[in-house]
Amino acid sequence: MSVAAAPPPALAETAPRRRTQRSFTGLFFTAPFLAVFAFVFVTPVLYALYLSFFRDRLVGGRSFVGVENYVQVFGDAKFWEGAGRVGLFLAVQVPVMLALALVAALAIDSARLYGTGFFRIAIFLPYAVPGVVAVLMWGFMYGDRFGLAGNINDLLGSQVLAPLTPQWILVAIGNIVTWQFVGYNMLIFYSSLKTIPSELYEAAAIDGAGPLRIVRAIKIPALRGAIVIATIFSIIGSMQLFNEPNILRTIVPNVISTFYTPNMYAYNLSFVGQQVTYAATVAIVMGVITGVIAYVVQLRGQREATR
Amino acid sequence: MTAATTPRLRRAAAPRLDTRADRPVRRSPGLTIAMTLFLVYSLVPLAWLVINATKTQPGLLDSFGLWFADDFALVDNVRQVLTYNDGIFVRWFANTLLYVVVGAGGATVLATFAGYGLAKFDFPGKRAVFAVVLGSIAIPGTALAVPTFLMFSELGLTNTIWAIIIPSLISPFGLYLVWIFAQDSVPTEVLEAARVDGASELRTFLTIALRMMVPGIVTVLLFAVVATWNNYFLPLIMLNDPALFPLTIGLQNWNAQAVGVGSTPIFHLVITGSVLTILPIVVAFLLLQRYWQSGLTAGSVKA
Repeated sequence: MSVAAAPPPALAETAPRRRTQRSFTGLFFTAPFLAVFAFVFVTPVLYALYLSFFRDRLVGGRSFVGVENYVQVFGDAKFWEGAGRVGLFLAVQVPVMLALALVAALAIDSARLYGTGFFRIAIFLPYAVPGVVAVLMWGFMYGDRFGLAGNINDLLGSQVLAPLTPQWILVAIGNIVTWQFVGYNMLIFYSSLKTIPSELYEAAAIDGAGPLRIVRAIKIPALRGAIVIATIFSIIGSMQLFNEPNILRTIVPNVISTFYTPNMYAYNLSFVGQQVTYAATVAIVMGVITGVIAYVVQLRGQREATR
Repeated sequence: MTAATTPRLRRAAAPRLDTRADRPVRRSPGLTIAMTLFLVYSLVPLAWLVINATKTQPGLLDSFGLWFADDFALVDNVRQVLTYNDGIFVRWFANTLLYVVVGAGGATVLATFAGYGLAKFDFPGKRAVFAVVLGSIAIPGTALAVPTFLMFSELGLTNTIWAIIIPSLISPFGLYLVWIFAQDSVPTEVLEAARVDGASELRTFLTIALRMMVPGIVTVLLFAVVATWNNYFLPLIMLNDPALFPLTIGLQNWNAQAVGVGSTPIFHLVITGSVLTILPIVVAFLLLQRYWQSGLTAGSVKA
């Protein structure tokens, strides 16, 4: 596909030059964004880095401690418990959600459904629901007082459904996240499917390929880029898991600890524990871990694409 | 980053026109039924929410979740939501609107200008801008929130509307989307022609390029609106004053009220308030479908 796209060599040389009056006009358009970006993205990161080398003491105030905070994070059982939990979460939830999204996108793209447009918009709709409302809503439904879980348990005369117990709470959170984002990912895959040139399908049809063969040989390979991007975004989302457990905590404070995820840990460290410099260190370590994982996924995606 | 490299690899495919009409494809009832299960999963929680918004607090407790209670209290619930605590909900709604209009609106303007500048001009340091901005998509927003809070509190900005608005002004993903869209939909020749005619760069942008970028801009705006409307973590840490809360934090506070000892549960207000919170955004998505769906498709040609 990229071969077909490459412009003829002669054009390739002149085309960029035509708009390459290297001037500051482009900078004029970009400057307002960059100014705000520097203020809300770059400065906080640098400030957090700075803080992570200090520690506040009751006596003597803020003092430089070198990498002591980092050493402490690496030996911090609470941090690793949370990190392990989000690791488990993303290893299970992300593949399940993306597989569901992929199946839905392929089904909608297949033109074999009745009412395609309705399916597309209805499955996407949960994305528009604010995360807080989604969690409150599912939290109510999970409850056994007036929720659906309670209704179903009454019906069966048992306590089989108990999403708000320690054994099931992570699954319950995974379900909320999946519900919210499966349609969004479906739409990314679907948009990408729409860009496959129809000649490919025609050629495949002439070769006698069936629909499943077309899915395997044409559609899935064409989706690779979209899948890599969706995976990276989902990983970033899972690593910073905060809203769902933090809101559910108001309903079941005994089931969800203050260090349930690294983000909750950082939040509680700085706002409840007043250990802001240590919280900054936790945030940085988590950011680096996320970046590394995202980078590895991207490399793997690229390697498979060139294979 | 991904985004920086992939566009070049896959600029091939022009969006496929719907040639399906002439391909004979049989519709499949089996597949439709299987997908209906999916649909049920997506819609049942919303149905639950709407149905339960019609119940009184006692009605919530003693009726089946997915059907109506005996008395239909929707109107009364809405009235109670709007008047409870001297109409604090209306205040939260207005706050949310303010944050969305200024924050998401500003984010869209900044991303539009910058995306156009990156797509259509070359300037010193452009590559560095790319690397940093696209790299920042990978920075967890919540990891940034704690340092941002610490910085803002040194500057005395916490517990003001600016603590919510300023961070909302930046959407790296929006910038990326506009950049791609401008590259595709604004032909350089048209800009050249305008320049030859003596139009200034700003005028060329405002009168010619902007119009061609509308679907992309609407997409960015819509996603920025969702992000701001749904924002929870940032206001949670930045704001103490209930008079400044957006809807999300307000609802969560109402919900938490029921947990404290000796407090009166107001779940019916939380549920009805939730319905009122999601209504505007759902309507926006449905009305603007045509725009954002084409905007997303254009984005994914390269993504």
